Amino acid sequence: MTATEPILEIKNLSMVFGGLRAIDDVSLHINPGEICALIGPNGAGKTTIFNCITGVYAPTEGSVAIRRGDRPIEEIQGLKPYAVNRKGLARTFQNIRLFGNMTVLENVMIGRHNALKAGIFKAIIRDKATREEEQRVLDDSHEILKKMNLDAFVNESARNLPYGAQRRLEIARALATDPFLLLLDEPVAGMNPHETKELEETINLIRDQEKVTILLIEHDMSLVMNVSERIYVLDYGRLIAEGTPERIKGDPEVIRAYLGE
Amino acid sequence: MTRKHLISELRASLFQAAWFVVLLFPFLVMKVNVSSGKASVIFRWSALPVVAVSAFVLSFAWRAALRWNERRGDKVKVRTPLSKVGELVRSALARKPIRRTAILALLAVVAVYPFALGMYHTNIMITALIYVILALGLNIVVGLGGLLNLGYAAFFAVGAYTYGLLWKYAGPSFVAAGIDTGWLFWIALPTAGVITTIFGILLSLPVLRLRGDYLAIITLAFGEIVRMVLQNSSSVTGGATGISLIPRPWFFGIRLPPRQAATYIYYIVVVLVILTVFVVRRIEDSRVGRALEAMREDEIACESMGVDLARNKLVTFALGAFWAGIAGVVLAAQTTYINPDSFTLWESIMVLMAVVIGGTGSIPGAIGGALLLKLLPEYFRPLAQYRMLIYGIAMIVIIIFKPDGLFPRNRKHYTFVGKTPSDPAPGVEK
Repeated sequence: MTATEPILEIKNLSMVFGGLRAIDDVSLHINPGEICALIGPNGAGKTTIFNCITGVYAPTEGSVAIRRGDRPIEEIQGLKPYAVNRKGLARTFQNIRLFGNMTVLENVMIGRHNALKAGIFKAIIRDKATREEEQRVLDDSHEILKKMNLDAFVNESARNLPYGAQRRLEIARALATDPFLLLLDEPVAGMNPHETKELEETINLIRDQEKVTILLIEHDMSLVMNVSERIYVLDYGRLIAEGTPERIKGDPEVIRAYLGE
Repeated sequence: MTRKHLISELRASLFQAAWFVVLLFPFLVMKVNVSSGKASVIFRWSALPVVAVSAFVLSFAWRAALRWNERRGDKVKVRTPLSKVGELVRSALARKPIRRTAILALLAVVAVYPFALGMYHTNIMITALIYVILALGLNIVVGLGGLLNLGYAAFFAVGAYTYGLLWKYAGPSFVAAGIDTGWLFWIALPTAGVITTIFGILLSLPVLRLRGDYLAIITLAFGEIVRMVLQNSSSVTGGATGISLIPRPWFFGIRLPPRQAATYIYYIVVVLVILTVFVVRRIEDSRVGRALEAMREDEIACESMGVDLARNKLVTFALGAFWAGIAGVVLAAQTTYINPDSFTLWESIMVLMAVVIGGTGSIPGAIGGALLLKLLPEYFRPLAQYRMLIYGIAMIVIIIFKPDGLFPRNRKHYTFVGKTPSDPAPGVEK
């Protein structure tokens, strides 16, 4: 990786639920163009970190800051999810949250929501600009589906898709929001080895062709070790290790966290 | 049905019949007779077998219907004669020339209606069409936005009172200045639209974070608050006496006699209904409509995709309120008299019922539901005392057997046309 400044910087992040410190003083950063993984045993606080980054929770302490291109560093903690998304961070969900009764195409079109401008009055008048915009969103969405190898399902209801395709559709929908950082929450959970392999390629493709940086949470160690350049390990809300896959594999702290004493 | 099954069903019905007999015993069998200062209980034993037998039969029939409904759920679609007719109509309407003829025929019927049927029926139709506008407006909130609003009548009231108060306070100066009071209606229409929209936004602010039951309770309270304020600030609004002698709209400076005025208002309402349908359809089929659809499916996912939920809900409430305000002005003009009693919780429930019975989210549903709920009671006056009973039964039956409503939503899906990837001929089709 080139030694550029990180695009995401989390400093001393803590999240307290009642008496529970779900995240305890976590600091981490993501460099541009890398694939970074966040791992840890169940309940370590991985998804909570995602939720703090994407605005679902407002963190109790600490800061989340982004640096996009040449723009100055910008703190985003406490912003609403939609505002975070507009800053260029998109996410998928651990338990798939597609719009099941809408078609695959429509799911992606929702992702394009902010790329469009038409408000209520434009919708009623439906002038030329609005019609062109609607046509453009159809084209763009189809383009994204093709990239994600989902164009065979384009007019299918999202709920009728095979499981692996639903996971891919979630990623497609997130990509449609034009993010610079994609947060994937257990993208291969419940997938068979074949599907996992496919998704591994997809993740690499997104990084290489779409130039999107990726932070992923995953339990599937083969995927984590294969795709990620750097790994953060979380246990009981605390960061216990950081480094390359090779280093993490041999780290005594990590082995203890996963296997016990 | 197996024999064993039948016996168990019969036994269950028997139990229910027995339970009903016990429950209804004090009401139907016992009667307290007070004569000459002495109370005695009369037992009308003849009522007992009637209760028992009818409870048994009804229970059995109801359970059989429920079972049929459950079995029906397994199959994708059961073909009943009625659904066949529906399919035929739908496939016929899908063809453009037929659809165009049908729409023209409908418009022709709508156009000659007041002349063919006279003032009485025209007035009933106006009331029904006002409800159609209300149902279409509430359909935006409940059907598109998925937000339950039990205080919808409040916006209706605000619209009607906008016209009423405009008449009460600006009317005299209009007369003094020699301007036709008939113009007030045309001033009130946009004014009420703006004011109710503002009310809609005001109401939406505190309820943005609420969902489900909480939302229902808050909107219900809002509806009652508006009514109470109208009722109790008698110095401004006339209190429970209301505002009377509100002018009907004049026809280009000509004051119309009641009969012609009714016809005129009828045409105004028809135009407003068409306008409402047009606007609602356009919104449904746009970026905003898509976002609303997604919001109803999954709020968290929707917000994570960059859709500002708060703003969406605000727009939904404002739009719904706008149409209620318009309907309110027309009501004030038609009845020429308004008081707070026209805007009770019952009114909100009626509109909601029209939306649900017709089919939540469906435009034909809102129209059909509102027409049914308003026209049937008018033409079945003899059954008026059973109205609530019939409404209740109709609601239960529809929710269980036809949960999508009588005219279910047939949402237009955005689809990608163009068979091969090399030949992208994208477009939208039904």
